[in-house]
Amino acid sequence: MSDRIVLRVVALLLLPCILLFGFYILLHGEVSPGGGFQAGVILASAFLLYGLVYGVRTTMQVLPFGFVKAIACAGIFAYMGVGAASMLQGGKFLDYSILSTEAVMGQKLGILLVELGICMTVFASVILLYYAFAGRGGK
Amino acid sequence: MTAATVEIVANLTLLTLLVGLAAAAVMVRDILVSVILLSVFSLAMAAQYLVLGAPDVAMTEAAVGAGFSTILLVGAVMLVGREEKVGGRSFLAPLVLVTATAGLLIYATLGMPAIGDPFAPANRHVAAYYIQWSHQETGIPNMVASVLASYRGYDTLGETVVIFTAVFSVILLLTRISVLRKLLDKKEEA
Repeated sequence: MSDRIVLRVVALLLLPCILLFGFYILLHGEVSPGGGFQAGVILASAFLLYGLVYGVRTTMQVLPFGFVKAIACAGIFAYMGVGAASMLQGGKFLDYSILSTEAVMGQKLGILLVELGICMTVFASVILLYYAFAGRGGK
Repeated sequence: MTAATVEIVANLTLLTLLVGLAAAAVMVRDILVSVILLSVFSLAMAAQYLVLGAPDVAMTEAAVGAGFSTILLVGAVMLVGREEKVGGRSFLAPLVLVTATAGLLIYATLGMPAIGDPFAPANRHVAAYYIQWSHQETGIPNMVASVLASYRGYDTLGETVVIFTAVFSVILLLTRISVLRKLLDKKEEA
């Protein structure tokens, strides 16, 4: 096991950095390059690294299968929820300007929530694909 | 060295690297080595996107191509085996077909407008409106994010739902319920 110890320790050290970077890309995506899709894949790749080093079963204990499916559905729900909230406030579907007293604030709020939804769905999609492929035996 | 020559050198280096990596990935006999070469190809492609001025696309390509796609392909190779089946079929017909397609594509690129041409048909109409009014109307400086999430939010909703549907279809096809039950039972015992 001595040849695996470096891999395990370095993976554990890298994990919080990757997660922090993923959240940075998500929240700063309005100012710098980035956004929902990139952040979702980067956050998922942290858990993929964990899965490669520690095994799929351990990863399934950290992120259960049902929980990840719920995250995917929650992402779509958030996106459509923003659209529905706009309609309930009296505007059109996905008309972010209605969401707040000022139009620009409403746009920023809408874009942030929508990017969050996209990030959750993409994150869950990557993790679910990894579970589906890696749980088949062999790898 | 001016900025233009640096850009030309970077473009030529990256394009040569891309062609070389693709040729090597095809010609190598070991499939695992092929998969790793494709991962490096994705990384070089991400660098090329960056040189062309598209950092969001470069980030996505690096994360998905060099990261996630490689993991899936390595998982598949572990199931299938590392030997490539040597096929003794004809070699002339595919060569003619590939050369003809490549020739048609290169001929088609001669008719495209220059990169960043403001009078190209794709850059008229709404593009000028977005560039002028995006920061004032949406309040965020990143124009790619504002077009993706606000001006074309409906298309992005469709895109996200497509990803969601595709992944759930894959899960329904691939996950055997018995394997999942075994994993869940082991988790409850442990």
